[in-house]
Amino acid sequence: MTSQRAAPGDSVLEVDRLTVSFDDTVILADLSFTVARGASLAVIGPNGSGKTVLFRALIGAIPYAGTIRWAPGTRFGYVPQKLDIERDLPITGRDLLRAKLTISHAAKEEALHALERVDLREEVLRQPIGSMSGGQFQRLLVAFALIGKPDVLLLDEPAAGVDAPGQQALSEAIRRLQQDEGVTTFLISHDLSVVYRYASSVLCLARQRAFLGPPEAVLTPERLSEAYGTPIGFHFHDDHGR
Amino acid sequence: MTTMDARALIVCAAMAVAAGLVGCFAVMRRMTLAADAFSHVALPGIGLALVLRLNPLIGALVALLAGSMLIWAIEGKTKLSTEAITGVVFSVALAIGSLTATGEELIDALFGAPGSMTTAETVFALVAALAVIGFILKARDRLLVSLVSTEVAIASGIGVTSLQLSFLVAFAVTVALGMRYLGVLLMGSLIIIPATVAKRLARSIDGMFAIAIGAALASTLLGAWIAALTHRPSGPVIVAIAGGLFFLSLVKLPALRLKAYADKETPTRDN
Repeated sequence: MTSQRAAPGDSVLEVDRLTVSFDDTVILADLSFTVARGASLAVIGPNGSGKTVLFRALIGAIPYAGTIRWAPGTRFGYVPQKLDIERDLPITGRDLLRAKLTISHAAKEEALHALERVDLREEVLRQPIGSMSGGQFQRLLVAFALIGKPDVLLLDEPAAGVDAPGQQALSEAIRRLQQDEGVTTFLISHDLSVVYRYASSVLCLARQRAFLGPPEAVLTPERLSEAYGTPIGFHFHDDHGR
Repeated sequence: MTTMDARALIVCAAMAVAAGLVGCFAVMRRMTLAADAFSHVALPGIGLALVLRLNPLIGALVALLAGSMLIWAIEGKTKLSTEAITGVVFSVALAIGSLTATGEELIDALFGAPGSMTTAETVFALVAALAVIGFILKARDRLLVSLVSTEVAIASGIGVTSLQLSFLVAFAVTVALGMRYLGVLLMGSLIIIPATVAKRLARSIDGMFAIAIGAALASTLLGAWIAALTHRPSGPVIVAIAGGLFFLSLVKLPALRLKAYADKETPTRDN
């Protein structure tokens, strides 16, 4: 396992022959790809194809074989898939954001700015995190990830459990971060229309195979059927302002 | 211990604050049973120290530190839960401990021994208690984020593995601190009970710290005073008072729950 440090030119990440296995089960095999700085990479694929495992390997939370090379000094923001939080933990949203401010040596304004971005009201922060609704907690996690000015955001289904207006606000916030501030975003999503609209490239993981390319090339009925093992009725239109 | 001098009182207070703080994270990490069992790891160390004619406190501390390293290493290697590994280590430690110590010494180690502390012991206990308090307060934010999600903690640049080891060491030192007055069996309770009371009543981390410290201090100081008045050993009195506070927190809960529900419901309906 080789990690970090070497400067990969204009790319923020270089992955070379990445293999992850748990006991005897190979989850990711020989995966190689490069992500340009400021790109918006969507990761799609059926359940169990290793999307979350890929993210966990990328942040160094699990052992792997192969090479993962981040540009030096990369700061991460990570939003995990739905967390199972004990209902009666005496930790408020404010506690959690304050912790991130301290850890990343950030000013208080960053937290307020992040809350604005995810459209979460400050009063909600007074609640213990266990009593927040799924959507509120998810937005809190995104706000948490935004503190500390990350260069790279890894979002594992960030909109899961968020209501429709909230989902739109989140997608917009992520798009603005990527386009206006040059934050590189990695997004796992099952919503192919969101992927088509916001991603500059798509990595499709399926049964130990991977396709990488622009949305137009990867989100084709043929490719999707091959990946998901069943015909997928996804059609994109050119009238949504891409 | 039937009487208590000012020096012992200060040590007890410092120990109570350390126990309250360490307990908060032990309880939130759901390692309460493991924490209680873990305190027994001190026994073989005490036994060996007595055989070698060393201060039992040194033996207990060495055994607890070795135990925490062992649990941490097995945990990292096997991904078994802390609770399962502690169960195994604790049973083995108890077996070895009862082989190395005699019956009376064992009872003293489990429930605390009478007698006042030497100057060296006092200094050591104070420095150790302050170190534990300092660690928890300094590492509070990192411990809190790791508690919510290991992955989020790693992505935020927190060294989760070393943080876990530091916490286990802080826990081990706290147990060793209480050994003299409460005994290892009862020290586990002083770590767990005030923090459990705090978890039931608090709604924020600062609130939890304050209630846990308050409950630990109240039980320790009140317990030591009552024990001195009634000529009883202090450990059981201290833990009995902590237990009383826990049952009191149960009685108060319905009213507090209603308040918490009202707080939650009013401002955030539309989010």
